Amino acid sequence: MADLWAGLSQAFWLVLTFDAELMEISARSLQVTLGALIIACMIAMPLAALLAVRRFRLRRAVIAVLNALMGLPPVVVGLIVYVMLSRSGPFGVLGLLFTPTAMVIAQVIIIVPLIASIAHQSLRDLWQEYHDLLISMNVTQWQKMRTLLWDARRALLTAALAGFGRAIGEVGAIMIVGGNIDQATRVLTTAIALETGRGDFALALALGFVLIGLAVTVNLAMHWLSRTEREGRW
Amino acid sequence: MMRVIATCFVLTIAGIANATEVMRMAVTTSFHNSGLAEVLLPEIKADLDLEVQLLVVGTGQALKLGRSGDVDAILVHSKAAEEAFVADGFGTHRREIMYNDFVLIGPSDDPAGVAKAASAAEALQKIATMQTLFVSRGDDSGTHKKELSLWASAGQEVDSFTGWYRAVGAGMGAALNTASAMNAYILSDRASWLNFGNKGDLALLFSGDAVLFNQYAYLPVNPARHPHAKQELAAQLEDWLTSDRAKGLINGYTVDENALFVFNAR
Repeated sequence: MADLWAGLSQAFWLVLTFDAELMEISARSLQVTLGALIIACMIAMPLAALLAVRRFRLRRAVIAVLNALMGLPPVVVGLIVYVMLSRSGPFGVLGLLFTPTAMVIAQVIIIVPLIASIAHQSLRDLWQEYHDLLISMNVTQWQKMRTLLWDARRALLTAALAGFGRAIGEVGAIMIVGGNIDQATRVLTTAIALETGRGDFALALALGFVLIGLAVTVNLAMHWLSRTEREGRW
Repeated sequence: MMRVIATCFVLTIAGIANATEVMRMAVTTSFHNSGLAEVLLPEIKADLDLEVQLLVVGTGQALKLGRSGDVDAILVHSKAAEEAFVADGFGTHRREIMYNDFVLIGPSDDPAGVAKAASAAEALQKIATMQTLFVSRGDDSGTHKKELSLWASAGQEVDSFTGWYRAVGAGMGAALNTASAMNAYILSDRASWLNFGNKGDLALLFSGDAVLFNQYAYLPVNPARHPHAKQELAAQLEDWLTSDRAKGLINGYTVDENALFVFNAR
């Protein structure tokens, strides 16, 4: 219990004094996770819309696989990305291992199925409402997808936030592909693992509280920027 | 909203493009937990204008990183594995830098009585006889390999051990945390133990036997095998690590007034 209080007060001081190292690893956490989130959304959301409007043979199979991959173990993703990016692996010449880019790649793989699955659920419901209207207007496939994505944007925000939540708290994969290098690939979660290893529970907890605070702040900011939960809106 | 996203995106790209001249070295957890890295790295940066990025892993994984060419050099402590690494052509040579020692940690009331043992082998025999809880790294690290060789020299068969022998498969710090929570015996390097912040009821019980000697060696990755390995930077770092400047810093590094490492490069 003493560690918990020490952690809280240490977190408070670290934030209050704008501790340079803390700022750096927090910024890197955000940079990696938001980068991964943007790329993942650009892949997952059109995919979800396509699955909603288009009927093709393997559609059910793709949806089932996406749902199953929501539970993809990060440490396995990390290991696979590691083997691919290693100098002895197929993409070794790119020299991407142990860089923030490698961490972004791993996180994209982890959160794409999650975002696509949640987005697809809401787009499917909306498609039932819109189906007759859009068919009667004889619009193209592309226009159908665009309409769905725009009108379901608030539900899609939830999908994106779920992806953000999974990515920012992730440690298994980015530890393996990033290597937790000081001033290069160290982020909040890997720093917490490091300090726990050193037996400095207070500092580890302090970093943990900062991480939770950061996640809450980003979520609030996204809601505020997109003006959800306001009167007269849904 | 779009501007925030765009800024983050640009920052990500900038992070990728900002890959300056740096070298990567895999080091053991025990070396990093000692805190010596934090003393040496800024000096290396000041003297050589070289940024050494550390990958902190077990010796087994460090050698693996060297074999696959993902680092430019390694600094580890497991002589047999290092010699095999050089013999297989993955490293150009092996250069001894410094040593510290291993110590036996256990509950302060010492139920197995290892503090009175005459040798490390006898201390382990006492633990095996009493079957008191013992935490093993179990991760193929240098410390783990050392522990296994000590059990062998004590005439004990690790595979035949029952529930009292707990192989946790984790780094030094994590294994010490486990030992602290279970109040168990554990073999640790002195540096990690002195820097460990969660000692609980554990105490240093046995040290000083010559077999507990722990030699660290520096191995540059062979550019013949991995052409992208930064041979020149690795050579520069080797010269620095074996210089009088490094000698002063390594021998002068203390925790709680205990000297941790002895420089012995030739």
